[in-house]
Amino acid sequence: MNKSTWNTKLLSTLVLALVLSACKSTPMNTKPVAVEDKSPGQTTTSTADTGADTSGIKEVAIDGNAMDSDKALKDPNNILSKRNVYFDFDSDAVKAEFRPLLEAHAKYLLAHTSAKVILQGNTDERGTREYNLSLGQRRSVAVKNSLNLLGVQDAQIETVSFGEEKATEGCADEVCSKQNRRVDVVYENE
Amino acid sequence: MHILRFFKLQFATSMPSKLSFFRLPISKVLNVAIFSASLFIPSLASAALDIEISGGSAQQVPIAIVPFQQAGNSADNISNIIAADLKRSGLFRVLETGGVVNKPTDMTQIKYSEWANLQAQAMAVGTVEVLPNNRLKVTFQLADVLKQTQLTGMQYTIAPNQLRTTAHKIADVIYQKLTGESGIFASRIAYITKVNERYMLKVADADGANPLTMVSSKEPIISPAWSPEGNKIAYVSFEKKKPIIYVQSLSGQRTVLAGFKGNNSAPAWSPDGSKLAIVLTYGANSQVYTINADGSGLSRVTKGNAIDTEPTWSSDGKWIYFTSDRGGRPQIYKVSANGGDPQRVTFEGAYNVSPRFSPDGKSLAMIRNEGGKFRVALQDLATGQVQLLSDGSQDESPSFAPNGRVILYATRSGGHGALAAVSADGRVKQKLNESGGDIREPAWGPLIK
Repeated sequence: MNKSTWNTKLLSTLVLALVLSACKSTPMNTKPVAVEDKSPGQTTTSTADTGADTSGIKEVAIDGNAMDSDKALKDPNNILSKRNVYFDFDSDAVKAEFRPLLEAHAKYLLAHTSAKVILQGNTDERGTREYNLSLGQRRSVAVKNSLNLLGVQDAQIETVSFGEEKATEGCADEVCSKQNRRVDVVYENE
Repeated sequence: MHILRFFKLQFATSMPSKLSFFRLPISKVLNVAIFSASLFIPSLASAALDIEISGGSAQQVPIAIVPFQQAGNSADNISNIIAADLKRSGLFRVLETGGVVNKPTDMTQIKYSEWANLQAQAMAVGTVEVLPNNRLKVTFQLADVLKQTQLTGMQYTIAPNQLRTTAHKIADVIYQKLTGESGIFASRIAYITKVNERYMLKVADADGANPLTMVSSKEPIISPAWSPEGNKIAYVSFEKKKPIIYVQSLSGQRTVLAGFKGNNSAPAWSPDGSKLAIVLTYGANSQVYTINADGSGLSRVTKGNAIDTEPTWSSDGKWIYFTSDRGGRPQIYKVSANGGDPQRVTFEGAYNVSPRFSPDGKSLAMIRNEGGKFRVALQDLATGQVQLLSDGSQDESPSFAPNGRVILYATRSGGHGALAAVSADGRVKQKLNESGGDIREPAWGPLIK
């Protein structure tokens, strides 16, 4: 289960409020002061949810919570604690060196059929955010395919992507960039 | 509170054909600031008035904004805000009125010869009165100094905190009356900031003033998209450790639009606001879907194994343009909003992504990677011609101003994310930063009617 919660906070400073869209235009051509009445509606707490915003902006704050998890998954001496699959530049090929890692996770998932794993794809920061989100997804799908081949069913796997959002910013060299081109194996509820 | 800081803008503009009042030249290059915080307006003003002219005898409309007789205790000076807006548009030369003894506050008091001596062609006069219920009555009139006639007049009864926005509305009325084009001073922009590992979706006035936070999260937020009416923003939040699309009204109501298995991203409203194009993955690669604005009626639009993402609607709502790597490298394609076989749109260059329609539907802004530099490009849809507009190396997220004159986009500056704007003809640019953090993912909101 996921205990992510959001708290809704009211930002009481109403600065932007204006409902000019809801108002009536009344041309007043009486000379010499000819004006057009463009007054907003008479209430500033209009609930009408059309047109421009009526009463300012309210802030929503979000905070997540981590959950307990199986100790084996966190034991540094257990290969299950290894969670990162790295990729070459512009590639979604899962390299042979990560086979023991994926085999261990496949074995765990087959033994714990209620466990679910989330594969989180990542890219480096070059390129646009949404396209990188899709490229990261391509990598998480590649890892899923590897787990499928090892017998894990789709019902236990979700493939998602963070794109470049978790990338180390301003990478100056390949050692740094390589860290960003990866899929993280994350168990649900941990 | 963070302040959008004005850096420098040079801005080329071609004049509208529909000039009802003043004859303005066909082409000229102006220095224009589109954004600035109010704090920076005084220093900005002089910089904004440097004019570089290319071709023709360009001139700005000389206009006097006579200080309004302003009652009440608002910190916002309405005349100053109107003047600053008009200056930033680059189409006006706002005259210094300090030397004129008589300061009229309505048409009847104007001594036209004094203003003609100042070279004013147009002038605005007005008042702000406090009503017994503490509301404010704002009255303004725009006069043609040469013909000694009124061009327009408006009256607004507002809450005191609406003074600033009313000033932008008045500037829009003046701009529209004198240029024949829609003004954008009363519109707003949305953007994402990342400060101290916290992500915030913010909305600010088009001049960068009044930045307010809509959402704040420890996890990333990307891809804000305004509803056509300007009352809601769709965006992608990673707060549940995966991308999920939310729709949030500016008044704070927040709902999940799409939280399906896999990724949910890249929301784009249809022009009539009834639907959104979105990108879902389930257990495979990104694909384009449409969904009703209430979250019902999910319908798949593209069908393939390649990446299809970044949908955007054509202005008539019939087509969805999107990014796809079905041909090997990412290019822009279009598909009927009801589905069918996609057609390729971009052929020049090896990497074209992030399509965005101009408000008139005649051109497509995009991000092009050439030689490892990601830049804003503009393609004329009739001729297919492409012009590179920006000169950064990591530019992204192009977003048109609602009158189509300017494209706002994200860039990098001094190791941080910053916003920049470029005129639609590419000649002039501006950067703005937010102090103490990254600013990115800009989206220019619609005109407020």
